[in-house]
Amino acid sequence: MIAKIIFLKKAALLNFLKNLELQWVLIGLCVLIVSYLALIPLIFLLWESFHTIETSNTPSQLTLKNYFDAYSSQETWPLFKNSISFAAGSSLFAFFTGTVLAWMNERTNTPFKKLFFTLSVVPLIIPGILFTVTWIFLASPKIGMINLFLQNIFHTNYVFFDIYSIWGMIWVDGLHYSSMAFLMMTSAFRSMDPSLEESAMMSGANIFQIIWRVTIKLSWPAIFATLLILFVRSIESFEVPALLGLPVGIQVFTSSIYRAIHEYPSNVGLASSYGISLLIITSIGVYVQSRISGHGGKYSTVTGKGFRPKVMDLGKWRYLTASLFVLYFLMIVILPFAVLLWSSLQKYYAVPSLESLKNLSWGAYTFILAYPELGGAIWNSFLLAISCATIVMLITAVICWLVLKTKMPGRWLVDNLASLPIVFPGMVLGLSIMVFYLHVDIGIYGSMWIMLLAFITRFLPYGMRYNTTAMLQIHKELEESAGMSGASWFITFKKVTLPLLKPGLMAGWIYILIVSIRELSTSILLSSPDNQVVSVLIWELWENGQYIELSALGVMLIISLFILVMLAQLFSKRFGVKEA
Amino acid sequence: MLEIDHLYTEYPNASGQIVKAVQDISFQVPPGVLFTLLGPSGCGKTTTLRSIAGLEKPNGGEIRVDGTIVYSAIKNIFVPPNKRNFGMVFQSYAIWPHMSVFKNASFPLEVGKNKLSKQEIDTKVMRVLTAVGLDIEAGRDATKLSGGQQQRLALARALVMEPKLLLLDEPLSNLDAKLRERMRFELKSMQKEYGLTTIYVTHDQGEALAMSHEIAVIQSGRIAQIGTPRSIYERPENQFVANFVGLSNFINATVLGATDSGFYFVRSALGDFEVSSMSTLMSGDEVLLSIRPEDLQWIPDSQSQKNILNGTINFQLFLGEFLDYQIQVGNQEFLARVHPSTQLTVGSNVKFGFSPSKCIALK
Repeated sequence: MIAKIIFLKKAALLNFLKNLELQWVLIGLCVLIVSYLALIPLIFLLWESFHTIETSNTPSQLTLKNYFDAYSSQETWPLFKNSISFAAGSSLFAFFTGTVLAWMNERTNTPFKKLFFTLSVVPLIIPGILFTVTWIFLASPKIGMINLFLQNIFHTNYVFFDIYSIWGMIWVDGLHYSSMAFLMMTSAFRSMDPSLEESAMMSGANIFQIIWRVTIKLSWPAIFATLLILFVRSIESFEVPALLGLPVGIQVFTSSIYRAIHEYPSNVGLASSYGISLLIITSIGVYVQSRISGHGGKYSTVTGKGFRPKVMDLGKWRYLTASLFVLYFLMIVILPFAVLLWSSLQKYYAVPSLESLKNLSWGAYTFILAYPELGGAIWNSFLLAISCATIVMLITAVICWLVLKTKMPGRWLVDNLASLPIVFPGMVLGLSIMVFYLHVDIGIYGSMWIMLLAFITRFLPYGMRYNTTAMLQIHKELEESAGMSGASWFITFKKVTLPLLKPGLMAGWIYILIVSIRELSTSILLSSPDNQVVSVLIWELWENGQYIELSALGVMLIISLFILVMLAQLFSKRFGVKEA
Repeated sequence: MLEIDHLYTEYPNASGQIVKAVQDISFQVPPGVLFTLLGPSGCGKTTTLRSIAGLEKPNGGEIRVDGTIVYSAIKNIFVPPNKRNFGMVFQSYAIWPHMSVFKNASFPLEVGKNKLSKQEIDTKVMRVLTAVGLDIEAGRDATKLSGGQQQRLALARALVMEPKLLLLDEPLSNLDAKLRERMRFELKSMQKEYGLTTIYVTHDQGEALAMSHEIAVIQSGRIAQIGTPRSIYERPENQFVANFVGLSNFINATVLGATDSGFYFVRSALGDFEVSSMSTLMSGDEVLLSIRPEDLQWIPDSQSQKNILNGTINFQLFLGEFLDYQIQVGNQEFLARVHPSTQLTVGSNVKFGFSPSKCIALK
């Protein structure tokens, strides 16, 4: 009898240990992977920024000289000022444009707004470097088509638009990311209970009083959070400052890091100290933003009730708003693409005219298709994008499940670690990973593996976000009722959880796939002839002045990304994945 | 006070089809009356209310308040909601989370056309907050209030502007059962005290019967019946009203002829009965008899009477205040609601009777 009890106890204990062990193994593995990815490069970057350059005869020494150099230099104040004003200007511009468009789309009876909403994802497909290049073609003082066109009309040499200026940088960067602001503000407008505005109207308030005293005040957290995200994103921006700022000496943090690495000998220490400064700025931004979003409860305006939001009848003004939509789309998609297509069909770069019409040729395409590095670069880009998207979504699915659906101790730590890389500007992440694997030689420097590691780290937070949103939507009772119906954990996961998660996972996978292919600021520090990717190839074509070849590649890249997105959407519709 | 003429509203739904939400609704509401629009969800009652408010623009008809036209399709008049001076309580209360209790209530006075002094606003707001029992909460965050308090604040905000008309869109549906019963009394006494003409929208028939002076029962965009709570309940004009407002037992029957006392003889598969009707019936008319469960009375075996249903008890449900029996009569089931002291055994044969005035023949 007693023996039996002891036996039972022993069995229970063993069982308990087994469960405990599995939990700890799982969480331990997650902590290990995530902290390896997120923390090691950061620590090494810090270490490097406090050390001198190692040469063959002098070992690296502890020093404050890098920071001293960085902050005593006369260039530093303008650098700081440029970075902040560029980021502030471009985020405000993007926000303003995006918000007006979102308001027009959500709350007015502008014609064709549904079509516009569908098209609004298209700008996200165009890589930043191509978008910047097209705006150089359009508005550079010497070769810019808009300038030449206007000069022709008015018979003057006056330069109407100079893209190589801080305003030009703000214009291009802000315009490119206005579609992101548009999507964020659209969801803010959608989550707001329209009866909050209607009750103000019933109280006798006019439209301006409603907008000012209710709509704006209520959306303030969303507005501020969106602004911060846009600010952090534009201060990390590399393509625009590098292509538009560097030629005229407008330096920002990202372009300075790039320059410090690419001067001879590379000044990794100086770059690191710039990187740390940039990291501090982005960390503050992300921290404040998460605090605001975390306090959303007070302002929670989501009632979960399906409503038919009242749209404002604009009367004749709706033609104005519709033409604004068209103008916007023209500037963000049609003009850039048309310019790229035009120059790709030229023998040598020329402004559109009757004469240049005679010079149309497929030369650029045949050249670029025969380009020796092209095949490898495309293969690398797609391989990287697909494996990165898959690995990130898998790792973050496990982490999110642990964080949201279990009560495991320490899960908040994993959560925070996996979300940490969001503060890394792409440039800084590339720099720190480069530095780390230069010192710790495990044979991956200059290979595809280092790129994959960098990409996974960079896009972990995106995976976390998509997975969290998807998992939060699955009410606990949906899984519990499957359990009560007699389904095992595995069956529940397979038949209930996974199908419900699928749309979110799919959306995240596609998003990471696209941003991986577009990615430039991390890859540019890590790529070498052995692990060339498409975005870096475009960069090099630009550096070599091969504009028409670049255009041909750009046209093909945009078209294939577009087809990819369409296929993915078709695929998800076909298999019954509903839009979340 | 409020006159609605031939209101008509349609809108395209998500898949682009035209939905006729309100087809032809007309009614008048005298001053000081609490008028209820009652119907199942999607019947058009909320659309009607929102059209009165001006939050929705109907496609046809006319709405007049105090003789002033606020909407007319023919004359192309549409007074925007912020110029109508109607108070409204929303189903979600629509309490602004970024304002204090006081600020929520003072908002209509601050944005109104008549510029009031701070002193005046203060007095008015505190008076109405006291009336709803929220004066001590005035400085608090509006989001810190409980559901019932938020509901009262929404009412205070509607009352503070001294509206011509008070519109209530399912104001009690988000409260729990106990609180809902208490708020019914509070709303009703408040409406009486202020003497406000009120339009009340609900899908809860008990609420409608308890609160209203007059009820319009709405079925798929049309008025099924208008009347006092008592007439709607006791003398339903069609099967929809009889079934939607309260429970009812129905029997198909054919009219045989009229009696001397103003009733009608009818014949059904369950026997011959003497029934009453609102309209004149001719012999040979097909009718539907409606009998409320509480009007079915158990009759001890010895007594004999006309209007008898012979059946077997299938189930009994004890509900505290009363006792429900499900009785099998022929191939039909009846529900009888009796005093809880009644004691009948399940499976036994019983007789239930009803008075001719309680059995309504519907055409």
